[in-house]
Amino acid sequence: MPTTRRQFLSIAGGVAAAGSIPIVTLRPLEATPAMLTTAIRNVVGEAPVRTGKVKLDIPPLVENGNTVPMTVSVASPMTADDYVKSIHVFNEKNPQPNVGNFHLGPSSGRAQISTRIRLADTQKVVAIARLSDDTFWQVTAEIVVTLAACTEEMN
Amino acid sequence: MAALINVPAKAKRGDIIEIRTLTSHIMETGFRHTADGALVPRDIITSFTCRYNGTEVFRADLFPAIAANPYLSFFTVAKESGKFEFEWIGDNGYSSSASASITVE
Repeated sequence: MPTTRRQFLSIAGGVAAAGSIPIVTLRPLEATPAMLTTAIRNVVGEAPVRTGKVKLDIPPLVENGNTVPMTVSVASPMTADDYVKSIHVFNEKNPQPNVGNFHLGPSSGRAQISTRIRLADTQKVVAIARLSDDTFWQVTAEIVVTLAACTEEMN
Repeated sequence: MAALINVPAKAKRGDIIEIRTLTSHIMETGFRHTADGALVPRDIITSFTCRYNGTEVFRADLFPAIAANPYLSFFTVAKESGKFEFEWIGDNGYSSSASASITVE
């Protein structure tokens, strides 16, 4: 049976509709607060995260998001039975939510790390510490960024 | 490949010492585009390890949100004279290492 004009048009329309779906499912270039929550859950699992013990030193106003100095310290005696296992840093609005994971031990002596990070936008940075008793502690800082990093064009 | 390492040359046994490291690396995020729209592929350091006489004392997993030329500072207890070894591992088979020695009295 030859295809009628009506049948052809309905098939063509269906193909066009299917073709438009990938545009809708493109990954957002900005991490969403939901991605932040997922990234945190990947590290802490179902454990509750309490606020406190962790200190996040980061400038509240940043001119250049390409290099932002950051220091995380945790109040801990760092003895063989009470120490910080790891420090995890997350952000809210960079293209992906992880910043870094830092693994310490009782031989660290002091639970403090510094590095320089990139921030793509004015946003929240979260630092979470995992102690030797597997409890999690967090702190959050709001940072205003005037020049964004990560997504600018290369020249 | 160049790396700057800052470890005190001498320390007393039991002292908590700060170690600072800086290495040169572009840390290309994989999210940037060239002017004609092509995505620049990711090229970052993903892992840093510090060993003190063979024992790991600090390790970090790095992500594209770490600034270019990664700087890391951390602490350790000076236990014995010996050597600190530092290793950076990254995308495209990148690997770089450095070392520093310390005298503990």
